[in-house]
Amino acid sequence: MTELLNSLFGPFYGNMIGLLLSATQWTIYLSLAAFIGGGLLGLMLTVLKISPLKPLRWFATAYIWLFQSIPLLMLLFLLGLGIPVFFQIDVPAWLAAGTALTLFTSAYMSEVWRGALESIPQGQWEAGKAVGLTFIQNLWWIIAPQALRIATPSTVGFMIQVIKGTSMAYIIDYNDLMRWGKKIANSQLDGAEPFIVFPIVALIYFCLCFPLSLWSKHLEKKMVLT
Amino acid sequence: MSKWYDDFQVLKDIDLSVAFGERIVICGPSGSGKSTLIRCLNHLEEHQKGSITVNDISLSPGMKNPEKVRREVGMVFQSFNLFPHLTILENCMLPQQRALKRTKAEAREIGMRFLERVKIPEQSDKYPRQLSGGQQQRVAIARALCMEPKIMLFDEPTSALDPEMVSEVLDTMIELAESGMTMLCVTHEMGFARKVADRVIFMDAGKIVESSDPEAFFSNPQHPRTKEFLGQIL
Repeated sequence: MTELLNSLFGPFYGNMIGLLLSATQWTIYLSLAAFIGGGLLGLMLTVLKISPLKPLRWFATAYIWLFQSIPLLMLLFLLGLGIPVFFQIDVPAWLAAGTALTLFTSAYMSEVWRGALESIPQGQWEAGKAVGLTFIQNLWWIIAPQALRIATPSTVGFMIQVIKGTSMAYIIDYNDLMRWGKKIANSQLDGAEPFIVFPIVALIYFCLCFPLSLWSKHLEKKMVLT
Repeated sequence: MSKWYDDFQVLKDIDLSVAFGERIVICGPSGSGKSTLIRCLNHLEEHQKGSITVNDISLSPGMKNPEKVRREVGMVFQSFNLFPHLTILENCMLPQQRALKRTKAEAREIGMRFLERVKIPEQSDKYPRQLSGGQQQRVAIARALCMEPKIMLFDEPTSALDPEMVSEVLDTMIELAESGMTMLCVTHEMGFARKVADRVIFMDAGKIVESSDPEAFFSNPQHPRTKEFLGQIL
């Protein structure tokens, strides 16, 4: 890998791009953690939101309202800098960043999914009930599969927001693509000026996000056709 | 039995008993509560006062296991409500597999049997949107029959259909009536009522105004409201 980069871009830029690409893996890991953690938590919130029990619905509503109203950057500061100082504990940057992005992602995802569930006509619920399905069976076999189709394009679209959101984690010293880009740009080396480094960083983010954007568009088209 | 939506009383002291094998047609102007009445019978709607007993299961507001009664009572809706993400055969199989715990093979066999009965076995691998309205409604009837219900409820089953498709659905319902199924049909198809009904019930403003055999109902309606209604639709 290093050799290939060196032969393509010369030793200086080959080295720089190698560093950035290796930092990119941490961006990917953080994004995945946020998708998975936020997805699971978001799913639970969605179920709470449509549950027949009022207190559960209130809890989910308050949660979503809270975490949609706090800027992601604020969450990162709170979890990465505020809590460690207040409780005199050591919170690793990956944990703080992962938690902040999970909270952020879950609040948005659950709203997307709730919207999709609610867009399924009432007649589908009734037909499921009328053939003797329980609430859970009805949700799982009849409503959710239809809602999933509707929600997939916007879910994939939101993944892009999450990937871009991870770039803020540099602020609490998480060693991702953004932080390494900033380090290199600050290095005062000739040829590593910000106007050179940041476009490269931007290009890497673009390469992560663009395929998802195409995929989301593709899914949307497919949905219209079916 | 009575039912309210908030302050508005939709059903007023309904007193109705249906014998096994009886075929009842319920008609009346829109908003008279006829759909609401049959939707109470499988607990899609809750009543507030009085009691409903279906096949020895007593229904109550907020009851724990409405599935139990729904497995005994089939329902066909005005807007078909087939499951669009499942094929025709899967529409018939899934409820059997989940609600009755039948195996896939059993469900398939029973599903095909009832699709044959409504005369569309050849469409079994298609999706609902590929079928005409009349075909979809026949599938909906087959789906309900697969649960082998004791009672079938029809909520304006032909109202959403193009005129040329009404008869294929009515023929299916007539065939079902002749097989001895207990049926309650909300419909404005008076030809159907005349042909198969044991009793015709006329509802107005949440009350059962008149209830008699079709002969008497059509030739000699008692209540002025019934006369007026029949005058408008016949």
